[in-house]
Amino acid sequence: MGGSDSAGRLVRPFTLTGGRTRPSRADFTLITTVTAVDPQPQTAGRPQPEHLRILRLCERPVAVAELAARLDLPVSVVVIMLCDLLEAGRITAHPPHPVTRTTPDLDLLQKVREGLGRL
Amino acid sequence: MAGSDTIAQDSADRSAPDTVKILIAGGFGVGKTTMVGSVSEIVPLRTEEPLTMAGLDVDDLRGVEEKRATTVALDFGRISVSDDLVLYLFGTPGQQRFWFMWNDLAVGALGAVVLVDVRRPETSFAAIDFFERRGIPFVIAVNGFYGEHPYPVEDIRESLALPEGVPVLLCDARERESCRDVLIALIDRLIDDAAPAR
Repeated sequence: MGGSDSAGRLVRPFTLTGGRTRPSRADFTLITTVTAVDPQPQTAGRPQPEHLRILRLCERPVAVAELAARLDLPVSVVVIMLCDLLEAGRITAHPPHPVTRTTPDLDLLQKVREGLGRL
Repeated sequence: MAGSDTIAQDSADRSAPDTVKILIAGGFGVGKTTMVGSVSEIVPLRTEEPLTMAGLDVDDLRGVEEKRATTVALDFGRISVSDDLVLYLFGTPGQQRFWFMWNDLAVGALGAVVLVDVRRPETSFAAIDFFERRGIPFVIAVNGFYGEHPYPVEDIRESLALPEGVPVLLCDARERESCRDVLIALIDRLIDDAAPAR
């Protein structure tokens, strides 16, 4: 799948692996995608069992809402744990595509439309 | 950057997709979860959030039938529209008085589908009002139970007191293609809105 990313997608601006002082709950919306860092940092100590469950579930990118549903936990609880994991450098977080009413993203809308047309 | 060659970069298949969302709203029992399930590539998932709103008037909890209704549930599904773009569909909780507490829900949504039951159109008024006031674009999808649509679109438009330009579609929430067409109508509206004024 390498090389499929030709559209100049830069280094994700939101790979918060220690660059920030403290992640806040606002960093995690329902559709923020989280991914376990591989390999896990050795310096971060031993993760708690619930944290380990999350890390296993986000070995591949997964949205916060999906994570909460699969863990059968409220989103608000999962987000607190995700803050811990982000702070420990164990996960990266990818924010949703920004949506603004003032400058709509036509390319994005066309892409969604084409995708729906294939359903 | 010295030594950066030893840092394992995410391979392409691990890179996170972009995500967007559309809300499926409407009154209790109007078919929101059915619609989500009809087009979702996964069985709809549910997450529940406890209602711990300080300052929420106790009276507001009157009429909530079950004790466990101190949580508000959210059903959602997903459509991978491309390799790197995933659309999430969130069915807003049926208890209209509570779903606005999911502030996060409306923020950043592309738009919304308001499902309407022609037998009880008033149950969708709150949702229409919500999106109107927040300036979130929406379309109306009239869910014909048993696939029947006894009322003409114009009558429905009138009974909902819709502003000009809000599309009204007849649909069957159980049918994948019907639900897909509703979503496409919403996106078309967004594209029309986005087109530069001529």
